[in-house]
Amino acid sequence: MALAIVLVLIVVGAVAFHLWSPWWFTPLASNWGQIDMMLVVTIALTGVVFVAINLLIAYEIVRFRRRKKQTASYVHENSKLEWTLIVLTSIGVVALLAPGLFVYSEFVSPPPNAIVLEAVGQQWQWSFRLPGADGRLGRTNVRHIGTHNWFGIDPNDPYGQDDILVEDSEIHLPLGVPVKVLLRSKDVLHDFYVPQFRVKMDIVPGSVSSLWFTPTRTGTFDLVCAEYCGLGHYAMNGKVVVESPEAYQAWLSTNKDFAHELAEGASTPNAEKTPDDILIETGEHLAQAKGCLGCHTTDGRSSVGPTWKGLFGKQETLGDGTQVTVDGAYIKESIVDPTAKVVKGFPPAMPAFSQLTDEELKALVRYIQTLSDSPKDK
Amino acid sequence: MAQAASIGGEQHGPQGFWTKYVFSQDHKIIAMQYSSTAILVGVLGMVMSWVIRLQLGFPGQFDFISPSTYYQTITLHGMIMVVYLLTALLLGGFGNYFIPLMIGARDMAFPYLNMLSYWFYFLSVIVLLASFFVPGGPTGAGWTLYPPQSITAGTPGSGMGILVMLTSLVIFIVATTMGGLNYITTVLQLRAKGMTLMRMPLTVWGVFVASIIALLAFPALFVGGVMLLLDRVVGSSFFMPAVVSLGQQLDYKGGSPLLFQHLFWYFGHPEVYIVALPAFGLASDIISCHARKPIFGYRMMVWAIVAIGGISFTVWAHHMFVSGMNPYFGFFFASTTLVIAIPTAIKVYNWVLTLWGGSIRLVTPMLFAIGFVSTFLVGGLTGLFLGNVVVDIPLTDTYFVIAHFHLVMGVSAIMAIFAGIYQWFPKITGRMLSEGLGRLHFWVTFIGVYALFFPMHYLGFLGVPRRYFAYEGVNFIPPSAAGLNVFISVAALVTGAAQLVLLFNLAWSVFKGKKAEDNPWQATTLEWQTPHTPPRHGNWGAELPVVNRWAYDYSVPGAPQDYLPQNYETPAEQPQRAST
Amino acid sequence: MNVSAGWGAFRLSASKLGLWLFMAVVTILFSALISAYVVRMGLPDWRALPEPGVLWFNTALLVLSSVALQWSRGQSALHELRGVWVGALLGLLFVLGQFWAWAQLYALGYFVTSNPSSSFFYLITALHGLHLVGGLGAWVWVGVRAKSGSSKDRFLANVALCTTYWHFLLLVWLVLFALMLLT
Repeated sequence: MALAIVLVLIVVGAVAFHLWSPWWFTPLASNWGQIDMMLVVTIALTGVVFVAINLLIAYEIVRFRRRKKQTASYVHENSKLEWTLIVLTSIGVVALLAPGLFVYSEFVSPPPNAIVLEAVGQQWQWSFRLPGADGRLGRTNVRHIGTHNWFGIDPNDPYGQDDILVEDSEIHLPLGVPVKVLLRSKDVLHDFYVPQFRVKMDIVPGSVSSLWFTPTRTGTFDLVCAEYCGLGHYAMNGKVVVESPEAYQAWLSTNKDFAHELAEGASTPNAEKTPDDILIETGEHLAQAKGCLGCHTTDGRSSVGPTWKGLFGKQETLGDGTQVTVDGAYIKESIVDPTAKVVKGFPPAMPAFSQLTDEELKALVRYIQTLSDSPKDK
Repeated sequence: MAQAASIGGEQHGPQGFWTKYVFSQDHKIIAMQYSSTAILVGVLGMVMSWVIRLQLGFPGQFDFISPSTYYQTITLHGMIMVVYLLTALLLGGFGNYFIPLMIGARDMAFPYLNMLSYWFYFLSVIVLLASFFVPGGPTGAGWTLYPPQSITAGTPGSGMGILVMLTSLVIFIVATTMGGLNYITTVLQLRAKGMTLMRMPLTVWGVFVASIIALLAFPALFVGGVMLLLDRVVGSSFFMPAVVSLGQQLDYKGGSPLLFQHLFWYFGHPEVYIVALPAFGLASDIISCHARKPIFGYRMMVWAIVAIGGISFTVWAHHMFVSGMNPYFGFFFASTTLVIAIPTAIKVYNWVLTLWGGSIRLVTPMLFAIGFVSTFLVGGLTGLFLGNVVVDIPLTDTYFVIAHFHLVMGVSAIMAIFAGIYQWFPKITGRMLSEGLGRLHFWVTFIGVYALFFPMHYLGFLGVPRRYFAYEGVNFIPPSAAGLNVFISVAALVTGAAQLVLLFNLAWSVFKGKKAEDNPWQATTLEWQTPHTPPRHGNWGAELPVVNRWAYDYSVPGAPQDYLPQNYETPAEQPQRAST
Repeated sequence: MNVSAGWGAFRLSASKLGLWLFMAVVTILFSALISAYVVRMGLPDWRALPEPGVLWFNTALLVLSSVALQWSRGQSALHELRGVWVGALLGLLFVLGQFWAWAQLYALGYFVTSNPSSSFFYLITALHGLHLVGGLGAWVWVGVRAKSGSSKDRFLANVALCTTYWHFLLLVWLVLFALMLLT
């Protein structure tokens, strides 16, 4: 008896929760409204079945409860009923599958006029590449990845020279233009997912996967990684900014292309660049190349590891309560033996970078120093 | 070493302590060994779930939960629950205990192999637990162990932990193979006279087909595991493409991470049916018994079990819809997945139809069996979302999936197991479990799991990704979700605590429980008809039972009582026997 | 061992059924391996491997081994062990020959990690070899049992089982060898 009541309450509670809870799809920002429609249809169908069967069980528990003189009925087969149920279930299944596959066939067919965007995932940040004026992305290979070639573009491929590079985790897109996102990984599996766009796709190192969508409203949307990729998986967040085509063009021109990045690397020391400038630059490039920026931000945002902004010279408390001043020696130690003195509140999660040369360590320390409030020492 | 075969008179089993209790070849002892090991390791898995929920409900409050610890915990929680608890308990525990008894045999076909299979399982558990003590700790790659991350720096345990895990799995696979050979051979060859396949109880059918699936699916995990081991240990490139890991160029090249996923899920999907099919069988027998009514549509139920078993090998890539595999595969696997919904739905209808017109007594096993149907319904229905490829795309890798698989495996299968424990405890121990404590256990668990998992689907609709240590820096999740996470965590902890009631009940009732009659539930199946309770070595005394009827003769019109055991002879049947 | 007079679905002994089930498992194992091989073969970095010549010799050894065992199975004389010993010895030589093949490949410069084809070669031959070694273990056990006086019926039944398994492993080897030759 109590069970029947509880089953009814569960049904009522579930329906009420569905209708009145604040947790629902994020507001759609892409063309994939058909996915939302499929979701709603599926909820409706399964919801009806859920309610019906639970209420039926509740009814049966009461109506057919054990009583003094009652015996149960021995009837245990009813071919007609069974086949009817099979047919009805099959119809229900087809009713879900057919429209679902229809929408899916659109998912696998990006429109021919879609602009191309490459999203590159690595532990634990995003970067992006656009084809530039020639409309083609240059060939890539992880073997080319280096300090002045973040994306691993083949320097000998002419199509790659004008590729536009976006090295922070924020990408802009023009409103209303379909975009086909090519997905590439440098290291492990990742997944490109913007909840408001609905679509997602894993990024597999060694191959290129893709998805497509058309942004239908302006705004700034979270890009999250949706395939577990290691310790910093939860911190691998980016931003997708959808804006008017004019604003997009303006943003586009603020990004450098591959030819420039190559030139930076190959440039002979400029008379205006002091050795210290070069040291800082080297440190900055190392921070990117070695993956430091996967866990350490430079703008004060919290992440897996302490932010480098304002770090140099700071007083930090370690896990055991002792105080330490963050100086060059401490930073070097934390790079080659990260678990030696961990700042309180942070996990002992940093891998050891024991193969860095003294020069490289010096560069990193110097770069980190420049991120503190105190003016650069000259 | 050989057991005395029965020719006449009592069974003379082994006499020494070691051969009687430790290296026993008696299926009942082995079943108890499997069950107690599985339950112990399951409790560990449950404690791990508390750690996970503490972090998700109260992020930043617990210093000892670092991202590293968190990811190691979710990995071991998943692996322990799916493999070392559910598979071992349902096949090694329930399968071992009930197959010989339900089919009228004295023991399994290969008792020595049976004994070995337990000790291999035990060894696999020890090796798994050893991963806590190796440098770097256990693997934190997620229970799916996907390369490249499972073997590259940046994932906890990618040094030693993953090796220990893979070794443990290989040993477990050997154990399960030995077990599977036993269960299948026994069901096919050792049934008592009159026990045709279509007279077997559905519990046996469930374990039987699950064992067949196990034998055909685990080798794929074995192959994937060995190849992953080689990639990690010798640096081969079965699965590893050229990568730059945390700034270091690694030596691998040309391998395919998707190849691992195909091998893993070719095993992984049948695995969930290895867990579900025995649960279906248990539920069917218990519902029938306590509704005093034959299971509705027995033939269809058998065919559904077989069909589900077969089709389960054609659906695996529904776990890979967004994996980056050839997108056209999505059409095929969505279709097969939704097709498998049909025999599954039939089973649900038949459980419900069994209740119709019955004489239902809501004892604790029946409460859990009905709880099984209700929670399996929710879990199964959400499978329809995830199987339909385009609907899966926004939901995969979110909390919707976590809610789905916990409901079908972690909740409904466990409910069926609880139903089984309450149902058969009297036969196994000769004592009754406390009905009061059983009800308490049921109510908190049943309401608790709904509170826990139903709202979780909505976090999935919102798009909240899974396997996240914390949700900082994302704006699409409203602050209210934090409150929901607190609610879910509290529900989880309370529901978890309620399981201790069962553990206490078990321990107490073994010694102090009310003495049980031979057949306290008046059930028809053979295991209730043994001459002794608990059954002794050899199970049946001098003579094996002879079966005259199917397993569901409850409330037969005109019968002297409301159940007819499978080996019962009506007066009309007796003269026949006298003449042979 | 005879646990009970059961009602079998098939007219075979429990041991025979158990063996066929085990062979089904091993078939799936090698099928999964072959599928992985075929998939990996499709990726751009696949290079065909030179076959060490000794593999042909090994294959012949394994065929002869099967023949010897089949011959011993046909014997009706009590405890006719000669065929068993010959077969087992040839099997052992096969395993040693496989190691020789590894050495040949190593000398040619192909290690486990050299390329996917070589990785698979070592893996495939190792897994097959392990199953064969298991089979050899079974032969030893049968021989020991026979010496310590098991019944003739029991001996013949065991020999039949081992021989079946042996032929099965030969079949598996022929398939694997053909696969590696053709790709």
